[in-house]
This record gives sequence, structure tokens and C-alpha cells, in this order.
Amino acid sequence: MDFQVILNNFGFLFFQGFLGFGDFAGGTLRLAIPAIVLAFPLGIIIGLGRLARTRWISFLATIYVEFFRGVPLVMVIFWFWFIIPNLLGVSLPEYGVALTAFVVFEAAYLGEIVRAGIQSVARGQVEAAAATGLSHTNTMRHIVLPQALRNMIPALVTQFIVLLKDTSLASIIGYIDLTKAAQIVNNREIRPFELYLFIAVVYWLCSYGMSRYAGSLERRLSAG
Amino acid sequence: MSYQFDWSVLFSGQSGSWLLQGLITTLQISALAWLLALVLGIFAGSFRTLPIGPLRWAASCYVEFFRNVPLLVWMFFWYFGVPPLLPQAVQDWLFDHGAEFWAGMFALGVYHGARFSEVIRAGIQSIPSTQFEAAVSTGLTIAQTYRLIIIPIALRLIIPPATNESLNLLKNSSVALTIGVAELTFQTRQIETYTARAIEALTAGTLIYLLLCLCIAALVSRLERRFAIPGMIVQMRAE
Repeated sequence: MDFQVILNNFGFLFFQGFLGFGDFAGGTLRLAIPAIVLAFPLGIIIGLGRLARTRWISFLATIYVEFFRGVPLVMVIFWFWFIIPNLLGVSLPEYGVALTAFVVFEAAYLGEIVRAGIQSVARGQVEAAAATGLSHTNTMRHIVLPQALRNMIPALVTQFIVLLKDTSLASIIGYIDLTKAAQIVNNREIRPFELYLFIAVVYWLCSYGMSRYAGSLERRLSAG
Repeated sequence: MSYQFDWSVLFSGQSGSWLLQGLITTLQISALAWLLALVLGIFAGSFRTLPIGPLRWAASCYVEFFRNVPLLVWMFFWYFGVPPLLPQAVQDWLFDHGAEFWAGMFALGVYHGARFSEVIRAGIQSIPSTQFEAAVSTGLTIAQTYRLIIIPIALRLIIPPATNESLNLLKNSSVALTIGVAELTFQTRQIETYTARAIEALTAGTLIYLLLCLCIAALVSRLERRFAIPGMIVQMRAE
């Protein structure tokens, strides 16, 4: 075993692979952070859609959620990889394909978190808002959503952890994230044990660190 | 829209047999990994609730280390990283006997074992502690209490979240295509490569996954009604 290989390639693995600064459009964080930021508004729409009183809106939102939760992410990534050039006639770089796939896929899971968050707001709040004369839309906007968002924070952090780990799958279409960077280095150095163990530790540090943070947030929120 | 659909590619040539083989491999790797995950999950989940420090610590290390690293990285680690460290004879044997299947199965099982253990732990913790105390006071040892009382009840309580996790395992088996296991997604890609009909092939693969998930969910909900313990399921769901 020779961990020198990690030090020699640390710049490529960390800056190009993990952060996304370098000659290639890549990076685990450069995919994960925009993906969650863009998926969140879509998730709110889907979460609200599932609770909508209009039958066809809640039906469509339910179909969306159930479909994406019943299909493997690998399949969804391939879908966008082939469907965008075939149906729309434009060719997107790997970054665009991966980002679109993750936004669409994550929105289904975020929609469920938003729905649970909204349902966790006490019924009395809605009734009190209605009693003061607020319309349904205003009640949602000023009363329910702000409280729901606060309750959702721990679940959102947990979902971000899941997303961060899932971005490793973007490497199957050639996107240079941390996993792909390790593969590239391994093709030259043939040190699979050291390299894959190293990236496992990097993922672990991020993921475990954030899950501890989510846990402490949850305790603080439920206490407050 | 410039794409011309041609669904006949799914019914001609070898497409059908490829999909069937893929489905069988997906079910095989998932079933074996599921068994491994269940065994690991029961042990790790029980250990994490025991009042024995070293066992609890070892189980926590296992769970926290494995579930916080992407499954894909584990696949590469077990398939590319570990075999070169084994003796030459073992390596030869492995690569003669479908190493990618076994590495994929192992990665999937060990990763989901860590996730299962959290479900099982929650199940055990939702059992009133009086059950445990009553069992011990009748003279059972801790091991007997877990084997005969706690784990059987916990397994009946966790059917809904465990189903969810099992379906995740089934969907995650698609990650094994990255190390060359010819499972369903792999075969879908193969049809695409041979016929250049990406959308038709992906539709077929996607529908099979959806149907598989729906069938399992329907099957389990029947089981759940049979095994439900009146008065306790509700308690678990309210959490």
C-alpha cells in the first residue's frame, strides 16, 4: 500500500474532483449545491401540488412523485442523457444533463419533505389565519410556509447529504466529480485500494459531519 | 420533435431475452444482497440497543461508516480495490466465478445492512422496555430475550419502513452496472447500443422497474396486514 499517490494527485482530486475548479466542467459540490438550490422551488410547487384541493393538480403531483421514487436514479440520468439530444435536438454537456436529472429527481423527494413540513403545522394556525380574514393563498404564504420551512430544515440537510452521495452517479455519463476523478487517476496509477478508500473518507467526512449537524439542528428546533 | 419512434425493436432480435436476463440478474443480486443486509441489519441494529459498550461501539462504527459513503464508491472499492490485496489463488477463483456479481452483491448488502440496522434499531426502541424487563425477569438471558422476544416483535413492527428500504435496495442494484454486472439497467443500455433506440429501450427498463416496485409493495401490504400486531403499528407510524 502506498498512499503517496493521494498526495501526488491531491490537487486534481480535491480542486477538480470535489470542488470543481480546474480545466474541466466538473466537481461534486459544483453539481450538488446548484442541484439542491434549483430543486427546492420545484419541490415546494410539487409539495403544494400534492396538497392542492383541485383534484387534477394533486393527481399530477402524486404521479410525479411516485414515478421518480419508483425508478432508479441511474435510469433517470440515462433518460436525460439520451432524451435531451434525441427529442429536443440540442446537445447539452455532461454538466447540464447531470444538473437537469438531479433537479428533476430530487424535486420528487423534496416535494415529500415539503408536504410533511406543511402537514406538521398545527391545524389551529390555519383556522386562526382564516378567522382573521386571510385568503387561502395568503395563509399559505405568510402563516403556513414560514413555519413549515423551519420544521423542514433538518430533513432538508439530510436530503442534501443523500444528494451529495448520489452525485457520484453522475460519473457514469462522464461528468468529472470526485468519483470520476479517482477513476481517472487510477487509470494512470493503478492504485485502486488507496484511491477509493481516500474518496470514501472524503465523502464520509462531509456526510457524517452534516448528519451530526442535522441532528443538533433537530434537537434545537424541537426544543425551541 | 425529430425523433421517430420504433417500438418493434423491443420485440425483435434479442431484446426480449436480454431484458429477461437482466431482470433475473437484478432479482438475484437484490435477493442475495437483501438477505445479507437483513442479517447484518439485525445484528447491528440489536447491538446498538444493548447495554454493552464495545458491541454498541462496533455496531455504530459499522453503520456510520458504511451508510455515509456513496454506494458507487463501495462498488469500486470492493471490486477494484480489495481483490488485488487477496492471495493470487483467491483472486483467480473470484474472477473465474463472476467477481463483479459477488463484489456488487457484497457492496449492496453491506451498504444496505447499515441502513437496515437503523430501521431495526428504531423498531426495537419502539417496543416498551417492560417487554424486555418481563422477559429477563422470567430467567431468559439477554441473548435469548433478543432472539425469542425482542427481534420477532421488532421485525413485525418495521414492515412498512423495511419495505421502503428493500425497494431502495432493489433500485440501487442498478448501480452494479458500473462494475459490469449485467442487470436490468445494463441490459437496457445494451439494447440501446445495438439498436440505437434509446428511448424505447429506456422506457422498457423503466416500466419493468416500476412494475416490480408496485408488485412488491402490493405483496408486502398483504403480508403487513397478516403480521400486524394490533395496537403497536399505529404507535410506530406516529413517530
